Amino acid sequence: MEVEGDLEAGLDELRATYSTGKTKEAAWRRSQLRGLLTLLEEKEGDIFKALKQDLGKHPVEAYRDEIGTLVKSVNYALGNLKKWMASKKAELPIAAFPSTAEILPEPLGLVLIISSWNFPFGLSLEPFIGAIAAGNVVVLKPSELAPACSSVLAKAVHAYLDNKAVKVIEGGISVSEKLLQQKWDKIFFTGLDVFICSAKVGRVVMTAAAKHLTPVTLELGGKCPAVVDSLFNTRYKQVVIKRILAGKFGTCAGQACIGIDYILAETKYTSTLVEQLKVWIKKMFGENPKESNSIARIVSKQHFLRLKNLLDDPMVKASIVHGGSFDEDNLFIEPTILVDPPLEAEIMTEEIFGPLLPIITLENIEDSIQFIKSRPKALTIYAFSNNERFKRRMISETSSGCVTFNDTIIQYAADTLPFGGVGESGFGRYHGKFSFEAFSHEKAVLRRSFLTDFWFRYPPWNDHKLQLFRSAYKFDYLGVVLTALGLKNSKQDSSK
Amino acid sequence: MNEPLSSFYATPSFSSHSAQHPYVYIVALHQHLRGSALTALQAAVSRLSMDVAALDCRLGVGANRPLRHLTNKISGQIHVQPTQLSFAYQHKSWSFAYFHTNHKSCAATLSLMAEVEKETFDIEKADLLVKELRKVYRSGKTKSHEWRVSQLKSILKMVEEKEKDIIKALQEDLSKPELEAYISEISMTKGSCKHALEELEGWMKPQKAKTSITTYPSSAEIVSEPLGVILNKAIWAQATDRDGASGALIGAIAAGNAVVLKPSEVAPASSSLLAKLLEEYVDNSAIRVVEGAVAETSALLEQKWDKIFYTGSGHVGRIVMAAASKHLTPVILELGGKCPVVVASDVNIKVATMRIIAGKWGCNNGQTCIAPDYIITTKAFAPKLIDALRHELVEFFGVNPLESDDISRIVNLYHFKRLKRLIDDDKVSNKIVIGGQTNENQLKIAPTILLDVPEDALVMKEEIFGPLLPILTVENIEDSFTVINSRSKPLAAYFFTNNEDLKKDFVRNVSAGGMLINDTILHLTVPSLPFGGVGESGMGSYHGKFSFDAFSHKKGVLYRTFKGDSPTRFPPYSAGKLQLLKSLMEGDMFRIILSLIGWSKD
Repeated sequence: MEVEGDLEAGLDELRATYSTGKTKEAAWRRSQLRGLLTLLEEKEGDIFKALKQDLGKHPVEAYRDEIGTLVKSVNYALGNLKKWMASKKAELPIAAFPSTAEILPEPLGLVLIISSWNFPFGLSLEPFIGAIAAGNVVVLKPSELAPACSSVLAKAVHAYLDNKAVKVIEGGISVSEKLLQQKWDKIFFTGLDVFICSAKVGRVVMTAAAKHLTPVTLELGGKCPAVVDSLFNTRYKQVVIKRILAGKFGTCAGQACIGIDYILAETKYTSTLVEQLKVWIKKMFGENPKESNSIARIVSKQHFLRLKNLLDDPMVKASIVHGGSFDEDNLFIEPTILVDPPLEAEIMTEEIFGPLLPIITLENIEDSIQFIKSRPKALTIYAFSNNERFKRRMISETSSGCVTFNDTIIQYAADTLPFGGVGESGFGRYHGKFSFEAFSHEKAVLRRSFLTDFWFRYPPWNDHKLQLFRSAYKFDYLGVVLTALGLKNSKQDSSK
Repeated sequence: MNEPLSSFYATPSFSSHSAQHPYVYIVALHQHLRGSALTALQAAVSRLSMDVAALDCRLGVGANRPLRHLTNKISGQIHVQPTQLSFAYQHKSWSFAYFHTNHKSCAATLSLMAEVEKETFDIEKADLLVKELRKVYRSGKTKSHEWRVSQLKSILKMVEEKEKDIIKALQEDLSKPELEAYISEISMTKGSCKHALEELEGWMKPQKAKTSITTYPSSAEIVSEPLGVILNKAIWAQATDRDGASGALIGAIAAGNAVVLKPSEVAPASSSLLAKLLEEYVDNSAIRVVEGAVAETSALLEQKWDKIFYTGSGHVGRIVMAAASKHLTPVILELGGKCPVVVASDVNIKVATMRIIAGKWGCNNGQTCIAPDYIITTKAFAPKLIDALRHELVEFFGVNPLESDDISRIVNLYHFKRLKRLIDDDKVSNKIVIGGQTNENQLKIAPTILLDVPEDALVMKEEIFGPLLPILTVENIEDSFTVINSRSKPLAAYFFTNNEDLKKDFVRNVSAGGMLINDTILHLTVPSLPFGGVGESGMGSYHGKFSFDAFSHKKGVLYRTFKGDSPTRFPPYSAGKLQLLKSLMEGDMFRIILSLIGWSKD
């Protein structure tokens, strides 16, 4: 769909489908969700292959982070669709008596989902599930940086879903630009292209959306800290270390918006922490991580060089305590740990988005709160601690998209929690019911009969009516009756 | 701008031991000094051999004292020349000029007053303001339950105590009838405040979330946290009611944010009253009012906010959103649009017309975002409806509505002319069936009904926002759905009928911010319903808990223990792990067991 005319014709077709009302039917939504389920099942092999090709992702990782999570989400949506689509009754005050009120979710119309390359299926289809569950017609634009995945997605969606209502449009920046010029009823943008700074692209998307007053959800990134209390000195040591490594190197080699960006730990525990991380890196990824196939590669040469440049600063280079080797031919970077690189170095000011893990040491772990507060709001804060007071402080004093205690990444799979950023890490939320809501308008519907009316609702106005209103709004029923009967002096009261 | 005497205070704050200058006085001016007055003050400082640093230090104490205390000690009318002023100091929105004299009682002269100009609120000042508020927000003060309650109580108290002043300001700006002001502004603000006060604790409580087998064992909750510093920019139509300013203000405070409120300059009396009252009643370290017009607004929009709430037009809405995108600030836009009223022929015609009139002319004379904009009815029923409207209009506003005190006027000459242009449009010249009278001097326009205006008439192209009501006719009432859907989505859609099937079809097929069957406007008063637009009528919703949610971030918090890890999560990966992982994620217990004992099906 490189030609503009084609694009417009395609969108016209989608709008025409929407106006038939077909996508509003529960049956249609179900059939599409089921189609998606079949797609994930039958195309599993193709998906694994494409992810291996674009990112060197191991099938287990691919299943854990993408296919498996999606299957779970589709099933969750199918199981809850009826409940989500049902209207909610709302309570009413006396002024509106006798009436009934409800909140009815309705689809927004034509929505655009722009997704990212690091989880080409997960980040495309997770919002997509919400969009079709909510009854919208959808255009999905996968990232061109994962070309094999983009093409599998386009073919599979075409083969398994209703093409008159759902389209995948492939292409690069020029296609995105053309898409953004169109009028949409919602734009859902996941931007993780740190190379041009996700926040910057987010701005472009929102500015384009403003032209048509289109609401947007921006899923951006940020530097997610992992605060590690003294726990790794306890019997939980192994678990903590494993979860940290899984949340950094085991999740698309750190190329994840919710991957750990850096660790905050107390100085006196740092050496133990580093030592343990080294031991477990060996256990998980072997003596030669490159050969292990258990760690993804860097998506592109550009990104590879960007990450390499982060270590070029001599001060940063000097802080490397583990790893640091680069294989440009295979776009592979060894899991790398740094201790106390300068805070003003790029590695600590920009989102890393790769397998480099700085550890910043603090005198007291409670200082981590101030450290986090003084930086832009992150998408997630991870904290490993058993100190309840510290946990409470972390929740109430810092702000972030979400907080996960004693684990990493796993909040992404929790359907009942809203997933989304705040401040620099974006706005709007999705997953589970929140995805449905992100693509719905909550229409307030109030129904009245012609029977009763407060006769004092209408002009001409007088003090008598004013008094009645005062009573009605105060829920002072006796006052209403007394005033109506003329037993309460309205003049006197109104001058109070 | 010349300053009124009321914002000018002087008081002896402490005495100096210097024989030359036994008394030092503080003059606090409500607005910042600018231009010639400031120059005069600066010149005076350089001429006098005063120990400025020492003075500044001591006066710092005075600056931190609430100025209300100082105002109690205003002394008589002693004339002091500007040259005697020794030091100018600015603190928040107050300017202080200090001078000393041998006279025991003293005040500055009116000649100085004339030179005091109103401060211009530029980008620099806006920047400073936001920085100050952010600092207060960071201190965590606004997050506490006590602070939120105390501020909401103060607003409630303010509305109760200053009811008369508010009504007066509304009469000045819009000549709004007292009762109408009471209903649409005062009672609703009070209602929102009380509702928020009653519910706040429940709203603030973290919500428990269920967790699934995928993340087992864990517990999860959703914590509502404030967003930070909010800009709340209101439209003039309901300058003090919950739809313009205070509704969103109440939500923003209830959610624990610091707020800047920018009331509309189009209703100056209401705007300055709101500024004055809020300064008096609420915590000014976290809640501020900035008055002004375009320049002030643009200065404010340059800043980084954590949320912008805007009520007004689609045109400005786009500007606000584009400005917000620079800082990735989420926005709530409450815009308007042409709200249709569909009237089927099976209605109780008297009740229906009364309710339409109450919503159109009985509420700010059509100058609200949810006022009925046009009626759609059948060709056959139109004459009956018009007769009924004519009859009830006379009942409500008398034979000459221009003389009625029960109807608001047009807010200003600009809008009067805009509306006049809609009536004078050639395309509608012979379409007026009721009303049409105007009085430019009093800015009054009579309730005016136009029948069968063409779709391309001006009155059908833009939001009317005034007392004109076109009636479109269709063959069948169902055709009205097509008419509405062919236009941009309105903020509200009204439908009068007794036919249940038609009601269902209407709700299902028509998209609008909100919907009301068999009445107008009233859905606004229901705090349990979200109020907000869709498409061209805006985005985001508020009222009641929805306001609280609009100004909160819903933070997902997941608590995990160190137990219950499946080895499948961690590398090195293998085919067996994939199988187990599949079962785990799908919650298939049987397959989990099979995989674990190595009897996988595949």
